[in-house]
Amino acid sequence: MLSGTRARGVQPLRQRRARPRIWILDFYGSAVGKKAVMAVTGIVLLGFVLVHMLGNLHLYEGAEKMNWYGEYLREIGEPVLPRTGLLWVVRSVLIISFVLHIHSAYSLTMMNRASRKTKYQGGRDYVAANYAARTMRWSGVIVGLYLIYHLMDLTWGVGGADFTRGEPYQNVVASLSRWPVAGVYIVANLLLGMHIYHGAWSLFQSLGWSHPRFNHWRRWFAAAFAAVIVIGNVSFPIAVLTGIVE
Amino acid sequence: MSLLNLTLKVWRQSGPNDPGRFEVYEAKGINEDMSFLEMLDVVNERLIAENKEPIAFDHDCREGICGSCGMVINGVPHGPKKLTTTCQLHMRNFKDGDTVVVEPWRATAFPVIKDLVVDRSAFDRIIQAGGYITAPTGAARDANSILIPKQVADQAFDAAACIGCGACVAACPNGAAQLFTAAKLAHLNLLPQGQPERWSRTVAMVDTMEEYFGSCTNYAECEAVCPKGISIEFIAKMNRDYLRAKFKDRRAVVKVDMTEAAG
Repeated sequence: MLSGTRARGVQPLRQRRARPRIWILDFYGSAVGKKAVMAVTGIVLLGFVLVHMLGNLHLYEGAEKMNWYGEYLREIGEPVLPRTGLLWVVRSVLIISFVLHIHSAYSLTMMNRASRKTKYQGGRDYVAANYAARTMRWSGVIVGLYLIYHLMDLTWGVGGADFTRGEPYQNVVASLSRWPVAGVYIVANLLLGMHIYHGAWSLFQSLGWSHPRFNHWRRWFAAAFAAVIVIGNVSFPIAVLTGIVE
Repeated sequence: MSLLNLTLKVWRQSGPNDPGRFEVYEAKGINEDMSFLEMLDVVNERLIAENKEPIAFDHDCREGICGSCGMVINGVPHGPKKLTTTCQLHMRNFKDGDTVVVEPWRATAFPVIKDLVVDRSAFDRIIQAGGYITAPTGAARDANSILIPKQVADQAFDAAACIGCGACVAACPNGAAQLFTAAKLAHLNLLPQGQPERWSRTVAMVDTMEEYFGSCTNYAECEAVCPKGISIEFIAKMNRDYLRAKFKDRRAVVKVDMTEAAG
């Protein structure tokens, strides 16, 4: 390597962080720490997505079971906790996870952009990076926007379809009978599947869970998780559109 | 033996502040047994004969072990052949009539000095932060006095194979230096001699790396282009060590930062 290049000045892109006293802030201040937070919050969100999909399978048991399930989620934990108490605990954890997941993704993206200000002028080729990995930012943003619409549509009831609080079965059928909306649900869940395909593999690396005993299972785990979520979630709009659920 | 006629599109930049541009050169009658650098030597000799400025590129051993050479060839660092540095890439990997695009590593921390030469001293800053062991000077200890299991020695050696060429940074869509840093950490952190400073080393080198480079999003693009085949499993190990270091008693991790001590 060239000697005396320091005078020429390869300056750090960013100043060394002053170490915060609170260790968790110090930890989150590093990119490796942010990736760990992204992985842990990702695990929380994966858990939610799986339980959400499994719970929604009640749709296939008819209106009574599905509406009972919706009510059960509010009552769970009673009488130790107030009504909807546990629901709000879970919702709080999810909101915090979402905020941290998005914040870490945003700040790491900014860091990465700064790290290559001049792009490859002659174009570049990818040898290993797959499509899902390269589009995480896009799939993440689109799924985030879809999530807002999904909440408006089936939680707050302002999505334009007939909505009655406490009757999720009827609400789902009313919303997903509109084929453009069903299309949005299907596309968004395919993107969610792509996001999970990379994320559920990536989290092992970010948290340093690497071992010859299970490393060959990590890709399979991610693919299977993504497939289960996509098949389950995409089945709902299709079932409504084809009249299996009505 | 057949001769190749190639069209080269080479990045030319007279200095760090020149915006730079591609220039096209005809490389005619190239022996297919030449290395890529020898091909550039031929092109340069012709340029010199025409009284033109030759193409500047880094090179030293031309045996694939020094880490000096490296350029992005047709969009891939070190070109199309796996586990191969640019100096070991032979022209038989190209076809007659090919257009070959040659560009320097692109990373903010690797500014172009001239043409295909970049300043990789940011890597030196990472090594300065902890890529060594603090050992008393004097006669070396007998090699067999510290017993190391074969598998561990092999793994440490796999990491130590890193030649610091910078292809990992060049290939990473994020311009991250994770593979380099992870390799440099692992070849010390796996061995008994590296244990006393394991945690402080990991924190110091990762923190220095993050001052210059991007962050890892697990594309595995670095592993695919690494001429020494360094595995991204070392990145997982680095992440684990960094997380563990952060959860340890800070007094056991804190250490005088050598880069600061050196002013």
